[in-house]
Amino acid sequence: MSAMTRQKQIEREHWTGPVRRYDILKEGTIAVVVVALLVIVLAAIFSSPDDPALTLKGWAKAAPDDMYAVTVSELAGTSGSATYGPPYNTGGDGQALGPITPQKWMGVRQPVDPTNDFVVKPLESQQQPADVAAALTQWTSASADQQGKWATAYDTALNDPNGANGDATKVPTGDYGPVPTMATGLVNMAASGALDGILAAPGQFYNTNATKQILFLGDGSYLDDAATKAHLQGNEWGMMNETGNFPGQEWLQPFSFWYQLPIFNSSATSGFAATLTANADIYIFLLIGIMMLVLILLPFIPGLRSIPRWIPLHKLVWRDYYNRKRTTA
Amino acid sequence: MSGTPELDDESAPSWIGKVRTRLERDLPYDKLLPETQPAYVASWIYVFGVGTLSALVMIIASGTVLAFEGPSWYHISNVGHFFNSLHYWSVQLFFLFMVVHLLGKFWMAAWRGNRARTWITGMVALIVSIGAALTGYVIQTNFDSQWISFEAKDGMNAVGIGAWFNVANLGQNLLVHVFLMPLILVVLVAVHLVLVRLRGVVPPIDAAEVEAAGGAVHSSAPSETTEVR
Repeated sequence: MSAMTRQKQIEREHWTGPVRRYDILKEGTIAVVVVALLVIVLAAIFSSPDDPALTLKGWAKAAPDDMYAVTVSELAGTSGSATYGPPYNTGGDGQALGPITPQKWMGVRQPVDPTNDFVVKPLESQQQPADVAAALTQWTSASADQQGKWATAYDTALNDPNGANGDATKVPTGDYGPVPTMATGLVNMAASGALDGILAAPGQFYNTNATKQILFLGDGSYLDDAATKAHLQGNEWGMMNETGNFPGQEWLQPFSFWYQLPIFNSSATSGFAATLTANADIYIFLLIGIMMLVLILLPFIPGLRSIPRWIPLHKLVWRDYYNRKRTTA
Repeated sequence: MSGTPELDDESAPSWIGKVRTRLERDLPYDKLLPETQPAYVASWIYVFGVGTLSALVMIIASGTVLAFEGPSWYHISNVGHFFNSLHYWSVQLFFLFMVVHLLGKFWMAAWRGNRARTWITGMVALIVSIGAALTGYVIQTNFDSQWISFEAKDGMNAVGIGAWFNVANLGQNLLVHVFLMPLILVVLVAVHLVLVRLRGVVPPIDAAEVEAAGGAVHSSAPSETTEVR
């Protein structure tokens, strides 16, 4: 019998060679106690991160102009949420990997209508000052076409880099209908704290879904700025970073790695790099999926499964056992 | 009626009978709860498997307390914050131990001798753990969970998962985190452990070489020789 055949035979059979005493329950209990003590000591010394959640009130107080501009963009349909696409709405197509477009295929399953969900319904749910109430009536009485014209005209004027450039006081006179008053109304409502409690589900008692608050908050720069300050941006390993000086999701390193590569972080506006950057998530998920499959199926992949033989670190693990060969040979 | 139950067809093997026969043959009590281990199981690297399991015990214990009090308790209670810290550090140790365990098993080529299923269940458990951790991070109801759900949604949506599993839906993630994920993970770990006991700890890569040189000898029973299942 060759050494290789004998080796395979030993590997497959129930071991009948030398053994040592072993109490699985005793060792397991000791391990649990040791790990429990370690966890208690770590928790007592280092505590855990818990930065308070941002609020819409905080946003309205700290960056009212940003919230104002975002509100206008929600009405005009130009915000990140409004142009996102599935699963929230049809404002965009979502990411694609060539002809493969799972985001589009799945359709709108978490419906979010930014104009109504973020602005109109919250305003309607509360008693408003007379000017805001009148603006709301004007908005809801108008045709969708008219609403679009007002909101687009004001959104364009407000964000004109050669004009107002985000400053509402510098917007030239125009036919903006009720849009400026509604935006002011929403910012004032948020500053009072009223918007935090009702944005998710106006008029409802219970809510367990934060999708709308998260999307609205993310449309502005308030959340993004806070994340930048905490070094949590994706292109600086933010996926695995944590607030404060705590370890984060270190196990996401193989994921986070890809987001650091220039090809998925390009500032190009056209070409292959631009396509990869715009669709980075789906490409990276594919790469991670392949990596996971390789790891799962490693025992069956020639070459990879032989690495432990070529680089014999096992000699360290079993050095006592291998030493017997020298002493008994 | 007589006291002796009558069987319709005694020759037909039942499902339960097949399972019992298989377990009695492949996993007798001395294999399931052994009092000895092969002599080659003598390295610190073997500690990390049971360490991972111990950290999982701590995760479930601290998580149970947190579950009883709800996802916002630890923001307003010092006791709650301490239990959150226990949960947090248990998770950190769990992944640390699991990765070291995985690396150890890789360098031991621990899938040898019909042990591929043990490796596969371990890898799947690691992937499920990453999912479990994500659902935990997005139910923290703090700034971390706001930012993580805002960022993670894009990846989930891009591959179509977001349509069904919405990281910004607190209620959905809470239930998945405290029920579904632990259930899947515990089942996977249980299968992983049974497979370890079933196949035994993988012998050294050079076991035959040691034997040929006059070292530890493993005696093959005639009925056991190179059986492939």
